[in-house]
Amino acid sequence: MTVAMNNQTTLSRPRGGSFKRDLIGVIVIIVFAALGYVLFPDNLALLTRILAVALLVLSLDLVTGYCGVATLGHAALFGSGAYAAGILSAHYGINDPFLMTMGGIGAGAVAGLLCAVIMLRAHGLPQLVLSIALIYLFHEFANKASSWTGGSDGLAGIMPDAVFGIYEFDLYGHTAYFFGIALLLIVFVLLRILVRSPFGMLCRGIKEDPLRIRAMGASPNAALTKMYVISGAVAGTGGALSAISTQVVALDALSFTQSAEALVMLVLGGTGSLFGALAGTLIFMLFEDYVSAANPFHWLTMVGVLLIAVVLFAPKGIYGTAAAYFSRRREGSQ
Amino acid sequence: MQTVFSIAIDALAYGMVLFVISIGLSVTMGLMRVVNLAHGAFAMIGGYIASYVARDLGMGYAVAVIAAVVITIIIAIPIERLLYRRIYGQPELTQVLMTIGITFCIIGIANYVMGPTLKTIPLAGPLQGTADLGFRTISIHRLFAIVCGLVVALGLWFAIEKTSFGVKLRASVDNAAMAAALGVRTEIVYAVSFAVAVGLAAFGGVVGAELLPVEPYYALRYMVTFLVVVSVGGAGSIPGALIACLVLGAVDTTGRYLMPEFGEFFFYLAVIAIICVFPRGFAGRAK
Amino acid sequence: MSAVFEVKNLKRSFGGLVVTNDVSISMAPGDRVALIGPNGAGKTTFVNLVTGTIPPSSGEVRLGGETVTKVDAIGRVRRGLVRSFQVTRLFQDMTPAEHVGLAVLQRSGRAGRLFGSFLTMPDVMAEVSELLEKLGLAELAHRKVSEIAYGQQRLLEIAVALALKPKVLLLDEPAAGVPQSDTGRIEQALADLPKDLAVLMIEHDMDLVFRFAKRVIVLAAGTIIFDGLPADVTKDARVREAYLGSYAHASHVA
Repeated sequence: MTVAMNNQTTLSRPRGGSFKRDLIGVIVIIVFAALGYVLFPDNLALLTRILAVALLVLSLDLVTGYCGVATLGHAALFGSGAYAAGILSAHYGINDPFLMTMGGIGAGAVAGLLCAVIMLRAHGLPQLVLSIALIYLFHEFANKASSWTGGSDGLAGIMPDAVFGIYEFDLYGHTAYFFGIALLLIVFVLLRILVRSPFGMLCRGIKEDPLRIRAMGASPNAALTKMYVISGAVAGTGGALSAISTQVVALDALSFTQSAEALVMLVLGGTGSLFGALAGTLIFMLFEDYVSAANPFHWLTMVGVLLIAVVLFAPKGIYGTAAAYFSRRREGSQ
Repeated sequence: MQTVFSIAIDALAYGMVLFVISIGLSVTMGLMRVVNLAHGAFAMIGGYIASYVARDLGMGYAVAVIAAVVITIIIAIPIERLLYRRIYGQPELTQVLMTIGITFCIIGIANYVMGPTLKTIPLAGPLQGTADLGFRTISIHRLFAIVCGLVVALGLWFAIEKTSFGVKLRASVDNAAMAAALGVRTEIVYAVSFAVAVGLAAFGGVVGAELLPVEPYYALRYMVTFLVVVSVGGAGSIPGALIACLVLGAVDTTGRYLMPEFGEFFFYLAVIAIICVFPRGFAGRAK
Repeated sequence: MSAVFEVKNLKRSFGGLVVTNDVSISMAPGDRVALIGPNGAGKTTFVNLVTGTIPPSSGEVRLGGETVTKVDAIGRVRRGLVRSFQVTRLFQDMTPAEHVGLAVLQRSGRAGRLFGSFLTMPDVMAEVSELLEKLGLAELAHRKVSEIAYGQQRLLEIAVALALKPKVLLLDEPAAGVPQSDTGRIEQALADLPKDLAVLMIEHDMDLVFRFAKRVIVLAAGTIIFDGLPADVTKDARVREAYLGSYAHASHVA
């Protein structure tokens, strides 16, 4: 009886204080947001752009980091969200920022479903190629449907109303920045819940061994499709934020380059961790802003060197490597 | 009829250029299982070298072609030794990142050294102008590209099917561990294949410069195209790659002729359709 | 007693090569059957046919009275046909508690839930604790699988299979690769399997077969050459031929 009691306590032991880590994550985001606001008050547009891309990279982390699907076409989901939010405002006069965001989420989820249905038909290299083909197809489609999307001129005429009817989207980007911070915090908390959930666990299993998951009676493709839809909703949020804050949507939102950059940011930070995705985005985008202003071609060389260095010396990414280092030290000191 | 004919010739020439450049990628990917996104960068390097030799140094076209192939291989050897060796057998994502990184570096360096402008490679005298077929004239350069494609295809077929190196190569593609156990020095097979692949890429870059113009973003612009061709053909298969190049060349060229405003829409639509029907490519082998 | 698991005239050929030929097996709840056979007898193909990984050329698989020949592998698991793997296929980054938890959640239709954690679901945790305890893995519940011993991984394979509450359990060499010192634990686990569960064990180790099985089926060259009591199997002429044929021949030459 005592033995059973002991075991009971071993098993129900709360692990690693994950709620504490959620709280720390939220606090860290808020601190960084405040720092950004104080240090770069004239560059809130860049910071808001970082927030939008962070949502894209988080979304990519869900399918690549947590499910093991490598994709070079993830901007399809981001761009769909951006265009949906933009079109709602520019063509239908729906200017409420929350409705526009909802539109972006919906469009992102639909794009995610579409991509999943096509991409999950193949594995490995053909799957990667499908993702590339998809992003080009989305891009060409948006380019062609210029009466809706403005084609290569971009979609203009997006005029979001004030948030709650009070906070106007001002020229300095204050409102857009806070709106973006709020979206990121909400998404971050929801994703923390998601990756801990039974579904999150199922996806981790699929990443390691889809065949074993089948032998447990679960369908990897069904789960991956579901994750793709969720991922689309997250990327769509980012797209909507981008459309609302910049008030234009350019074809770049649906580009291969945007997809590849998102992947680079994710890997730079570390896959399979929400903190890694955020860290990678922040470092990459700030770095890009400083270097590419000087010379875009040197920027490309430096990204190349950076990528090679990460693969060779920090395969878990910056956050992953740092986290592993600290957990080793902690174990060592015990 | 005229249009159909010129589309057909252009499609064939384009397909053959794609084939010459991609076939090396296909063989190395089948052999070493490396997703190599930097392959197009080697074709670009070949184009730059040929342009420099033929235009700036004023040497002949043949010299330019040979110089391009040899120098590109020499450039590629340390890259293979130092970087590619590290990613054999790694997850796909790692390989994608490493080779994208290499591509970015090469683009940046090419732009720094050669400048952002488009480089031409002056053709040898006999390759300029057109040939009269009686009912229709066609550009001799197009014919030259087609012939090059055929020669490469036949040469590779011979090398792989009829030589002892080919036997070792096929054994290594089938089962590297088993081949090694049977005394095949897979290291050497890998190195030679990589060199041949890079050399062919450079050759294709030069021959195809009229169709795929040489400029710094070449490596990025066509990176996807080459990868797509290999994937659609099935990595490691020469007939598969040939069919893929011809089909995709035809789709792309026809699309551009008839509906230029759609850009590459039809090309990628065809890619998706083909992969959905043949998830392992035309000649894909079960793993 | 009515059969819970039936295979009728199962046949599979690859090209011209017949690997499984006219195999019929019927099992009732509580059966303990061992399937043995020399290398290349077609055991792996048989497992793949039964679990639905590959389709048969002809024949039928029935599960609890229902024909499942056209049902895919996932559907068969959901209908109560569960297998273990010859070499453990566990998720190296996950813990034993997570493995069993995932199996319980999947079985009870909650693996798709987007919130909460099985650690806070009392019924799931009760089942996880019970199973891990039963197999002596409770101490390791929150360790990563990559950190636990191979023998314990094999026990965890059995725990995962049981968490799916199977009607029929296919054990593919449950003790393969386990050091001698740990096989006792596995045999104990096999002896403790639920009484109403039909178990088909594929095994090489004849000692284990004799201790575990009440009935032995011998597969050779894709056909069943023996189906009867363990005591009779070694006396059977065809079994001796199948297993000892080459040795007998060799000694003859010498």
